[in-house]
Amino acid sequence: MNRPQPPAGTRLFDVRLVIGGLFTLYGLMITGAGIAASDRDLDKAQGININLWAGLGMLALGLGFLLWLRLRPAVPPSPAERE
Amino acid sequence: MPQLAEEQLAQGLRLPVNALDYAILIVYFLVVLGIGFAVRRSVRTSLDFFLSGRSLPAWVTGLAFVAANLGATEILGMAANGAQYGAYTVHWYWIGAIPAMVFLGLVMMPFYYGSKVRSVPEFLLHRFGPASHLLSSVIFAVASVLIAGVNLYAMAIVLQALLGWPQWVAIVVAAFFVLAYITLGGLSSAIYNEVLQFFVILAALIPMTVIGLKRVGGWGGLRHSLSARHGDDFLSAWGGTGIGHPNSLGANWLTIVLGLGFVLSFGYWTTNFAEVQRALSAKNLSAARRTPLIAAFPKMLIPMVVVLPGLIALVMEPALGRTGSGLSYNDAIPVLMRDLLPNGVLGLAVTGLLAAFMAGMAANVSSFNTVFTNDIWAAYVRRGRPDAYYLSTGRWVTAAGVLAGMGTAFIASSFSNIMNYLQTLFSFFNVPLFCVFIIGMFWRRATAAAGFWGLLSGTVAAMVNYFGLYRQGVLDIPSDQGANFVSAIVAFVVGGLVMVTVTLFTRPKPAASLVGLVYGTSSPGMQPPPEAGDDAWYRRPALLGWGAVLLAALCYVPFSL
Repeated sequence: MNRPQPPAGTRLFDVRLVIGGLFTLYGLMITGAGIAASDRDLDKAQGININLWAGLGMLALGLGFLLWLRLRPAVPPSPAERE
Repeated sequence: MPQLAEEQLAQGLRLPVNALDYAILIVYFLVVLGIGFAVRRSVRTSLDFFLSGRSLPAWVTGLAFVAANLGATEILGMAANGAQYGAYTVHWYWIGAIPAMVFLGLVMMPFYYGSKVRSVPEFLLHRFGPASHLLSSVIFAVASVLIAGVNLYAMAIVLQALLGWPQWVAIVVAAFFVLAYITLGGLSSAIYNEVLQFFVILAALIPMTVIGLKRVGGWGGLRHSLSARHGDDFLSAWGGTGIGHPNSLGANWLTIVLGLGFVLSFGYWTTNFAEVQRALSAKNLSAARRTPLIAAFPKMLIPMVVVLPGLIALVMEPALGRTGSGLSYNDAIPVLMRDLLPNGVLGLAVTGLLAAFMAGMAANVSSFNTVFTNDIWAAYVRRGRPDAYYLSTGRWVTAAGVLAGMGTAFIASSFSNIMNYLQTLFSFFNVPLFCVFIIGMFWRRATAAAGFWGLLSGTVAAMVNYFGLYRQGVLDIPSDQGANFVSAIVAFVVGGLVMVTVTLFTRPKPAASLVGLVYGTSSPGMQPPPEAGDDAWYRRPALLGWGAVLLAALCYVPFSL
């Protein structure tokens, strides 16, 4: 990278961290609600344990974003920019 | 008295939210504030604040592009349209969005991004001069505040009905969070929240659609119940749209294709700065061109989780939209949330809806502060100040914009269907702008005076047609939507004719001043070298664009047989 002025994107934190973190947390909360689902919850959702499935899906999405961030991290700021 | 109706509705639609649902909502608010503070550290110049330093990757700007349009008024309004008009609603997506988004990416983006303008009105300044620049900046600033007000008002009604929050609490809470994260982080905050909101709202809408389909007996069961009750045309995209043939939409195939598909849609997607700004913040020209093209693919699938729930709600609650039932078409999604979602996913749906309201408002506020600061304040009121001055002005203008939005919220109360109100505004503000752009970009001779008078006459013509002819009953158009389509066509034709006429009597701009702004010219040094990896086949704009158009056409097949 021999740009004179690194673009602001390298200074910005990565949005993948936010999406990954939030969805991992939401995934755990909603999967938990799915495991503890009452009969009323199941009846309301037409017999589908929707909290369990949605929670697992969100957990997978969140972990996927975190994995992507880990495998392909953003270009780190150049020393001059770090001050 | 609209307030009375809402009070009655509040009892029927109250959601059984519990502590888990509120925990999900509170986590979201904390994350939103956290984004604001985290982004603040990276905002040093006004370019960082207004255009994210032109640094974002295409997948982020692409998702923000579609999410800026996926505000809660769009979600509730399109589900309402689905319940009211049936399968005709898919026209807003497949003919009313995809072609225009592809056109923006393939044809117009090189002019926008290549000329390094900060806003859509600034392009007019270079192409036509200060008169049209100032006019379009002022029109845009006024429209943004009005639409932000619509968002706030709509959100207050929904939160009052669903959660029992008083309207003023909902308005103050949402406005405070939008104000906080935009003032802190500028456009980056807005875009990051849009991307986040996009995933949250999908995580709520997809389970709702799955459960809803199971409840009504799958697609077959849905089709059977709706055809039996509303006739076969209700689930056909083009059935009953012959000219002179009455249908629920109040429009025929010609006004759908010309009014919605060409004029309204191209006006909205290609010149509405709240959208275009997302592409302008991309890191290079290739990413900017791909922004609307990447957005086209999710946009195409959104009717599956928005229009389809509208149809499901109509089967579950046949009284929806009937007078005396207490349920309007706008209640389609809330009805499904109440009847189908258990706690947990329910909290997610409430969070997604609230996030969508805030994102819709934030898109308007962040584009408003850019246009007001750069195109009105810095261009005509206080010129030549240091960059830090404009950065701080941008923050103050954000606060003023949010407050003005709160003040205009009450204007929205006189329309029953929120979407109609937004469409009406767009037909007044975006269509004449699109007319001036398209002629200015492709006709070198079009003069500065023509740009100004085209813009003004087109806007006035749309207003005269809608308020003067349609509302007063001079023109007989069966529905508000049909009248919107016709007003849009009128605005485009009048604006275009005035531009051509004025051009013939005025002196054209010298060719040297139009370099890089008009089709067939390109200025040397403006073409940046392609970034490594941008020549991969799946990143080629033409392939993405034509692929999107082809897929959108294929989407029509199941609704046309």
